[in-house]
Amino acid sequence: MSNWKTFTKGLLKENPTLVLLLGCCPTLATTTSAINGMSMGLATTFVLIMSNLSISLLKNFIPDKVRIPCFIVVIASFVTVVQLVMQAYVPAIYETLGLFIPLIVVNCIVLGRAEAFASKNPVWPSILDGAGMGLGFTMALTFLGSIREILGSGSIFNWRFLPEDANTILIFVLAPGAFIALGYLIAVVNKVKKSRTSK
Amino acid sequence: MKILIILLSTILVNNVILAQFLGICPFLGTSKKTSTAMGMGAAVIFVLVLATLVTYLINKYVLVPLELQFLQTIAFILVIAALVQMVEIILKKISPSLYTALGVFLPLITTNCCVLGVSLKVVGEGFIYGGNVGEAVVYAAGIAIGFALALIIFSGIREHIELVGVPEGMKGTPIALITAGILAMAFMGFAGLV
Repeated sequence: MSNWKTFTKGLLKENPTLVLLLGCCPTLATTTSAINGMSMGLATTFVLIMSNLSISLLKNFIPDKVRIPCFIVVIASFVTVVQLVMQAYVPAIYETLGLFIPLIVVNCIVLGRAEAFASKNPVWPSILDGAGMGLGFTMALTFLGSIREILGSGSIFNWRFLPEDANTILIFVLAPGAFIALGYLIAVVNKVKKSRTSK
Repeated sequence: MKILIILLSTILVNNVILAQFLGICPFLGTSKKTSTAMGMGAAVIFVLVLATLVTYLINKYVLVPLELQFLQTIAFILVIAALVQMVEIILKKISPSLYTALGVFLPLITTNCCVLGVSLKVVGEGFIYGGNVGEAVVYAAGIAIGFALALIIFSGIREHIELVGVPEGMKGTPIALITAGILAMAFMGFAGLV
């Protein structure tokens, strides 16, 4: 597979959120607005790229039997880096995302790519794979965040296009709206996929 | 009285799945059948309480005295992974029947984000129920029971959905997510109870 394909497969064809349905918890919890979704996506992308890079470098030194614990330690270290950096430079976003930053450790996308790709491939493709998957995740989260922000608070990227007292569908920024918006989004993706294969 | 309030608020008002979005993967993955859901629910109750107890003590007596709180994430995930392995081995020896009932679900719990989430939350700043071990354990138990409750209710609904006609694109995960959304709306009715 060419490098370009390795990079782009994560964006649409194997999008981790919308097609593979991995990493549902942060997807639902952090997409109350487009900005929040995007920052969560970028934080995860950083961890993905760095963990893929190190695991693919270390793959010949890690014994096969204890590989999962080793991967988790590598991932947890990079998550701690992200956590400390965000706490220092973007405290406001760190506060809103809160618990979900440390929880990148247990995001199935990160461990899944380490196991399925980085532990079997050379360094450069692993970086591209991490970047592609991360950006696919970021795109999906930003998109879902935008939908929920537009419907729920009448604004996008904190820019209000409706007057302050306009009636918005408040349920979309609350918990149930997350499930419903993601449900319909995946339904649309499924439908598009099916109409493409039947052609 | 305080214990009752903690339990009510964690099980119903701030349900771990439907209001806090922790543990969605097993929620969608193991809810196709009620029997599976019960197994998973029981395994989560067991591991979550144990893991919270252990990580709380480790934080209090190891990380805080050494001022290593920034290592919480790494330390906790390792402890949880080791703990799950240990529970598996011990259960296999002591109670084979419980082991076969929980068996397949135990390894899955390591990556269940509600375990790491709750243990981090309990030791986090500004957490109101983290005063002593007892409250922390009751909080963990409430969260776990809430998880099991939501999972079992949801699996019951999903068994019925199997029998009705669902539009082609909505089959599988989409309809499950929308059902979960409506269930979350129902649970919002508990807001203000505590």
